[in-house]
Amino acid sequence: MKKKTGAQILIKSLLKENVEIAFGLPGGQALPIFDAIYGSKLNFILTRHEQAASHMADGYARSTGKTGVCIVTSGPGATNIVTGLGTAYMDSVPMVAITGQVSTSVIGQGAFQEADTIGITRPVTKHNFLVKNVKDLARTIKEAFYIATTGRPGPVLVDVPIDVQRGVCEFVYPERIEIRSYKPTYEGHPGQIKKAAEIINNSKRPVFYIGTGVIVSNAEKEILKISKKADIAVTNTLLAIGAYPHDTNLSLGMLGMHGTYCANKAVQASDAIIAVGARFDDRCTGKVCSFAKEAKIVHVDIDPTAISKIVDTDIPVVGDAKTVLKEISLLIEKKERKEWIKTINNWKTEHPLSYNKNDNKLHPQYIIEQISELTKGKAIVTTEVGQHQMWAAQYYKAERSRLFLSSGGLGTMGFGYPAAIGAKFGNLNKEVIVIAGDGSFQMNMQEMAVAVLNDISVKVVILNNQYLGNVRQWQEMFYNKRYSHSCLAKRKNCPKLCNKPNRSMCPVYVPDFVKWANSYGVLGIRITRKEDVKPALIKMLKAKCSVVLDIWIEIEENIFPMVPSGTSLDDILTRING
Amino acid sequence: MRHLVSVLVENKFGVLARISTLFAARGLNINSLSVNETEDPTISQMTIVVNGEISILEQITKQLNKLVDVIKVINFKDTGYIEKELALIKINTPKSSRAELIKLASIFKGRIIDMTLDSITVEIAAEQEKINSFIKMVLPYGIKEIFSIGIIALNKNTSLKQRI
Repeated sequence: MKKKTGAQILIKSLLKENVEIAFGLPGGQALPIFDAIYGSKLNFILTRHEQAASHMADGYARSTGKTGVCIVTSGPGATNIVTGLGTAYMDSVPMVAITGQVSTSVIGQGAFQEADTIGITRPVTKHNFLVKNVKDLARTIKEAFYIATTGRPGPVLVDVPIDVQRGVCEFVYPERIEIRSYKPTYEGHPGQIKKAAEIINNSKRPVFYIGTGVIVSNAEKEILKISKKADIAVTNTLLAIGAYPHDTNLSLGMLGMHGTYCANKAVQASDAIIAVGARFDDRCTGKVCSFAKEAKIVHVDIDPTAISKIVDTDIPVVGDAKTVLKEISLLIEKKERKEWIKTINNWKTEHPLSYNKNDNKLHPQYIIEQISELTKGKAIVTTEVGQHQMWAAQYYKAERSRLFLSSGGLGTMGFGYPAAIGAKFGNLNKEVIVIAGDGSFQMNMQEMAVAVLNDISVKVVILNNQYLGNVRQWQEMFYNKRYSHSCLAKRKNCPKLCNKPNRSMCPVYVPDFVKWANSYGVLGIRITRKEDVKPALIKMLKAKCSVVLDIWIEIEENIFPMVPSGTSLDDILTRING
Repeated sequence: MRHLVSVLVENKFGVLARISTLFAARGLNINSLSVNETEDPTISQMTIVVNGEISILEQITKQLNKLVDVIKVINFKDTGYIEKELALIKINTPKSSRAELIKLASIFKGRIIDMTLDSITVEIAAEQEKINSFIKMVLPYGIKEIFSIGIIALNKNTSLKQRI
């Protein structure tokens, strides 16, 4: 058999794993890898920043369900993807990151562009490998993909020193792999499943609390079936938006800090919470000791460490969501819970999601509602992190899973735009829209070059309030309106202390997003009046190329409902001052 | 509360770092740690002693199990087990108290492994408690130096193969 170099083996292994696309940026210690990419079948997308490459791989993975791949160089290349790895790790996204590394003979000597990549990325990856011998490379890549995609998915990093990239050996790609120390549990324990079904059958006020795990295991249909059969209300996490139809009488919407009034009320009043593929994040539970006090808690999760980590679980079922739910559904009694549904509907009508629709002000919620209506919830929407993210979560009605992509766990500003580009590469026929804040967008907007040069259209809607809006909201509510360093328009000659923003008085905002878009040859439109929103959105959606809308929204608009940090879900505020 | 955890891991570079990071990231101090190859050279056994609440231990046990390189975690609170610690204790020994100390060491099944004009060094392999009592007994003579290796523990009945 003809021998191949490590770099060739690496690329051939990726192709064996059916990798269609990889994102990244070359550098000294990855040159052999990039030489092997040159002219190969791998579609490689050159980004402008490694962090963006990792988010693109993430967005590609979240939107397609396939594994996202990024390839970067050693040292700063590797440290730049740490945020992307952390983001994917927290949100259980399957990713494989390949990093170049200095030669094995000089590791530890502080060589040029050397970093302890394995040490640095250990806490933000599901697993990582340093390949010290070219003979181990193919098997390591196989293991990396296996670990990234099975069990609770996550990012896996493979660090490949340059001498390993140059080394030669025969290429044999393992057909199957078994790792004795890594065996995720897919089948739920029958006894636990029986007990879980009993709790559900005996409950009067059951609530499904569904998270990413439902999407990962394609269990949406099972949730829908069981909920309808037994009148179980369904609330979802931020990441599970779209996993349950939003327009049924059982749908509660998102729970937690900026969740709906009815979802939070229902969870608190429930006598049985069935958590599926969700991890009781503090943004969901509020103050833990007063979370759903009357409820028995059933927790279905493939990750045993998620069980009883935050909230004590009565019946844990470790296993794959779909597999376990199929078993549970056989034991669920058909039941009408009219009282419960009625109570929920009362909460829904008492405090629906709302904003002032009658004035002429440019409310951000209105813009997202329009996007939702015009796209019929069929577009892929990604978000950055902050107020706009929560408004998007509340008002964008994604018609199915994998259409709403957002950094939930790590809350990474700068995620949305590159993630959208990654999602577009995985879904060339779909409309992809980023809902961004003016602050977040500036963290990775250099990636517009990638969209333009690759001739893909990603629509950017900037909800521009010239603030780090979420920070400003907390400063308004909990720090006596002391707007410390949250204003993005503030200049040297502004008053030192200012909490009275006013567009006609404030200095000119930079950058001018319209001119900035133009500099890439991209259409930019500024909107300052409510009546211009819809026509601009229609124009944007009709366009075949990228478009940037810079929409100047109400500066001091706040997100409601809100459960202030550290308080109980019962303390939900539907507007300022209760 | 003191917990004794035994961890079977792949005998590879970096595994100890993964495990210690897990404890460190949660602000837990490892009181004692011992690692060595088992009869199967691809597997190492670690014995870790930590102090903490039982709930923390449960989390740690799960998190350890979640590490890809960890084959098995055994929390020794619920199984029959044998534990031993090895200590070398160098004690001030003027001629007048030499006989007394030799007797004391033999009561505790310690072995005298070195002797100088003014000191003796005792090797003692026992449960931690027993070593502590010996130390208490010899404290009045003046201890020059103590060095002990981490606790090692074994399940009473099962074999390595059964445990994997």
